[in-house]
Amino acid sequence: MRALVLLFVLAAPLAFAAEDSVRLDAAPIDPRDVASLQAGARTFVNYCLNCHAAGMMRYHKLLEIGLTEQQIKDNLLFTADKVGELMNVALTRREAKEWLGTVPPDLSVIARARGPDWLYTYLRSFYRDRESATGWNNMVYDRVAMPHVLWTLSGQQVQVERKFKSMEQAEGIARQQKNAWKIDVLTPEQAGKDAERFVLKTIRTETPGSLSQLEYDLLVRDLVNFMTWMSEPNQLERKQAGYVVLLVLLVLLVLAYLLYKELWKDVH
Amino acid sequence: MAAAEKQPVTITWAGPLNGAMGGLLTWIDQRFPLMDLWYSHLAKYHAPKNFNFWYYFGSLALFVLVLQIVTGIFLTMNYKPDAAQAFASVEYIMREVPWGWWIRYMHSTGASFFFICVYLHMFRGLLYGSYRKPRELLWIVGMLIFLCLMAEAFFGYLLPWGQMSYWGAQVIVNLFGAIPFIGPDLAIWIRGDYVVSDATLNRFFAFHVIAVPLVLLALVGAHLLALHEVGSNNPDGVEIKNAKDPKTGIPLDSVPFHPYYTVKDTFGVAVFLIIFSIVVFFAPEMGGYFLEANNFIAADPLKTPLHIAPVWYFTPYYSILRAITENFMWVLAAGVIAMAILIVWSVKNLRVRFAIGVLALLLLWGCYYFEPKVWGVVLMGVSVMIFFFLPWLDRSPVKSIRYKGPITRIALALFLIAFFVLGYLGTQAVTSGRTLAAQIGTAVYFLFFFLMPWWSKMDKCKPEPRRVTGK
Repeated sequence: MRALVLLFVLAAPLAFAAEDSVRLDAAPIDPRDVASLQAGARTFVNYCLNCHAAGMMRYHKLLEIGLTEQQIKDNLLFTADKVGELMNVALTRREAKEWLGTVPPDLSVIARARGPDWLYTYLRSFYRDRESATGWNNMVYDRVAMPHVLWTLSGQQVQVERKFKSMEQAEGIARQQKNAWKIDVLTPEQAGKDAERFVLKTIRTETPGSLSQLEYDLLVRDLVNFMTWMSEPNQLERKQAGYVVLLVLLVLLVLAYLLYKELWKDVH
Repeated sequence: MAAAEKQPVTITWAGPLNGAMGGLLTWIDQRFPLMDLWYSHLAKYHAPKNFNFWYYFGSLALFVLVLQIVTGIFLTMNYKPDAAQAFASVEYIMREVPWGWWIRYMHSTGASFFFICVYLHMFRGLLYGSYRKPRELLWIVGMLIFLCLMAEAFFGYLLPWGQMSYWGAQVIVNLFGAIPFIGPDLAIWIRGDYVVSDATLNRFFAFHVIAVPLVLLALVGAHLLALHEVGSNNPDGVEIKNAKDPKTGIPLDSVPFHPYYTVKDTFGVAVFLIIFSIVVFFAPEMGGYFLEANNFIAADPLKTPLHIAPVWYFTPYYSILRAITENFMWVLAAGVIAMAILIVWSVKNLRVRFAIGVLALLLLWGCYYFEPKVWGVVLMGVSVMIFFFLPWLDRSPVKSIRYKGPITRIALALFLIAFFVLGYLGTQAVTSGRTLAAQIGTAVYFLFFFLMPWWSKMDKCKPEPRRVTGK
């Protein structure tokens, strides 16, 4: 057995190799924070639910985050008549193709596909790009089709490139960033001899929006919190049920163990 | 004995109801061999008394099978096998069917735990030589169950109709397309279309919910019958039937399966359920290993994901498939030549020598003639099928690892590492370094089996005890 463990340790490096991608910020979300979920629901309905549907989500599920039926009707029900309906949009696939070039994905379970960290970083990483059709690009999703819908809130950002001679230098500066960053490594041919090959890309606010950066981050936090909750509305119930089930199983475990020991005590 | 001549059944546990219960059982027993079945498979099936940790996984696999069938029935009540509705119907189960999320997570988690149990059950067989004479058929039926399980998992994985479901099925069906001459037509025949589509989903649903489960249940029945015919092996690998009580004819080192192992396995089930429930209730995605993130995006025939990987239980074989590249072909050819020389050198029979020579030449011609892709598919198939031959590849004088020598231990450890490394690599995107690692893993994997007749015989084994040694 000792030889086995040793062999595993020796074989481990074989299995790993370097990865590269944009560093994602951890989304500070909490599905138990009802106020945050409600704020997120408002942002979602006002800004997302015009092009994107959440076709597996019913409005009346919002009762579970503390809203009343009247509140839902008065404030959130724009695309449907009854709270029992699904969060669909009027935009058809054909119109979407024609107007936007692509069909905006359904967002019901997008948080489970992308992960909250990805969404949180993505929504805070748009920047102005003259070369794209919408005039916007994104650090996390290069050449994204979606324009920056929240730009009146966040203001307008531009991408900043800084070149460094070593990865350590680039990463040192990068760690001080509040927003997403990535480091592209140029080949010596691209950069020329002895040149600075490590390109740190970050974004900087050029024109401020109606919210400060902190306020905007909080708004995105609430939105991502809501989308994560929406991707599995039963997640809190699931965990609560889990504790009860485990408690019952522990009783079963003790009984089964005692019975086993009692029965087997004479077998030698 | 004719049914009507059977003795009345007496029972002791029914208390005041004794007479009534005994009468009912007697009535049934004269018409159906109920007590015979009860005795021969449970109360008087004598199992070795020294089963250890590894012997839980057979009964646990049976438990998971029942769990999968029961949860599967409830899922079928709400699922729609229709390309336009399948994805949403799964979310409908997750959101709107009362306790639907629980049923669905039990089923998705159960799939992975089924493989965990079966892999551990098979590894037990490797450790203690459970496939050796007289249990060859038991092992073969077990391997057929494993094949069925793989088919069941593969068909079932398409049903949620997410991106991974769709493209995973596409990749696997395309493998059949690599078969020379008939491949492309065969792939269309399997899909029922030129791409994976609604027709494919419908037939996979039929296979998943009725065809394969029927075969699976029949095979599990055969597995149990074969087991109870030859009797269980044990960690010492010695036959308990060699030391019987002269009066009763019952093996001295045995206990009746019921109540001893029914109770012990109940304890096993309790432990299993706790671990299982921790996953179901607190980590149903298991970090993307049980439910993949990409499968929460509905299937899109026009968007191929950058990185397609099967679920973890298929990744070792998937790695082997991907490891067979152009530059690996010379290793394969060298392997064929080396094996041929080794066999010709060890076998004296001229006909066998001649046949091996012809086979080797055919394989070498094939290495040159067919694309590496074809050989990837072939070797992936062989990597699973080779387990069937274990009873005849292992030529050690003893069964259990307890009495085998250092060569077996090292070989088994290397195989295990290769299996895990291949499994890990199969979940990852390809890089040149990883492909090399997968090629080394593939070589180790196959050397373990192909050289087994030699290394298992060379190994310095300790003498087996006459009777089992307790724990």
